[in-house]
Amino acid sequence: MHELAVCQALVQQLEDVSAANGGGRVELVRLRIGPLSGVEAELLRHAFPVASAGTVAERAELAIEVAPVTVRCSDCGATSAAAPNRMLCGACNGYRVRLASGDEMLLESVELASAEASAAQML
Amino acid sequence: MCDTCGCNITDGNRHLVSPGGRLEQTEDGRTAITVLKSLLGENDHQAQHNRAHFDARGILAVLAVNLMSSPGAGKTALLEATIDALGDPARIVVIEGDLETENDAARIRAKGVQAVQIATGSACHLDAHMVHDALHRIDLDGVDIVFIENVGNLVCPASFDLGQHLNVTLLSVTEGDDKPAKYPVMFRAADMMLLTKTDLLAVLDDFDTDKAERALRLVGSAAPVLHASARRNVGVDHWIDWIEGELVAQRARIEAGTTRRPAVQAEGARLHASEAAGGAHGHSHGHSHDHGHDHGHDHAGAPAADTSR
Repeated sequence: MHELAVCQALVQQLEDVSAANGGGRVELVRLRIGPLSGVEAELLRHAFPVASAGTVAERAELAIEVAPVTVRCSDCGATSAAAPNRMLCGACNGYRVRLASGDEMLLESVELASAEASAAQML
Repeated sequence: MCDTCGCNITDGNRHLVSPGGRLEQTEDGRTAITVLKSLLGENDHQAQHNRAHFDARGILAVLAVNLMSSPGAGKTALLEATIDALGDPARIVVIEGDLETENDAARIRAKGVQAVQIATGSACHLDAHMVHDALHRIDLDGVDIVFIENVGNLVCPASFDLGQHLNVTLLSVTEGDDKPAKYPVMFRAADMMLLTKTDLLAVLDDFDTDKAERALRLVGSAAPVLHASARRNVGVDHWIDWIEGELVAQRARIEAGTTRRPAVQAEGARLHASEAAGGAHGHSHGHSHDHGHDHGHDHAGAPAADTSR
């Protein structure tokens, strides 16, 4: 259950982003998570309300895009989809592949309410 | 992965970078901000500090090795055998991670080796901040190798860079030869897979060492595989040869002005580097941050990690 620790790091980043951009409430958080990042999107969703309670990101919507596992073949150059525990080139079946996508654990973007809107809601 | 120079921008997320710059107004009046930072950016930043600390001693730089495995795979027994085989307790320091107890640190100290126990409480992994705190309690003078014995767990520790140069994942032969297929993230992170308790292979008919190695290859790893039994002192000499070789290689890197990050991160850096070479996006690693450390180490952006095996 390291997803809570990951969520706490995320909330810290959200607070920094908000503070650097006028201090508005965080409305939407877009993440990109790959199966090989070691983090489960579903567990992040469960942990986020706990980690964000009482912060500028409380009640923010979490939009998680699950990145596909894709590999680039060092032999034939093809890029193809692969399973996390069967990383073979889809074109030539070779095993000399490099991961092109699938290990991301990325905070892509954040949408903030304008500072005035945030202040109005606090009243 | 570097979060500051734009090398996080990949084919997968390039479309998200707003044409008008980092900030864009959405239709409903919100401010949209492109961030593109690793969720563990703060941990990774601390890990870079730790690595700089290990690397700060020039030709006497320290090699840091992170040992990961299931609970009970024999990490502490391996360390005990390693201490005996190296012969000089002053060359080694051990950082022990467990949820509770000082038991493992006590076993290491009984061998005359400096050991710090991190009791993580309920945390299932070590992170870079815990290791940083432990480093404050350690004297690295005259030390060649720091072993970090992670919490026994084949899941969470794989996601946290601690500042180590190498990951070693232990797989004991009592666990099953399909473990790499079941825990791909962990075994992809390994710079070396060490099969342990191999003296028991004689009485186990369901562990095939070739199958274990094939399962490792299928998660996209080219890492070497060694066999050892710490209890019977079989194969420990090959492990020692590997470690001593890696120490020499690491010091050569330091002399050449580079360092090394563990397998998975290095692979990402390699991919990004090849994209940059193709001119896909402007990519300069010339910037340096001053972190106020006094070891004069300039960890310029993504460090010039030697990604060769």
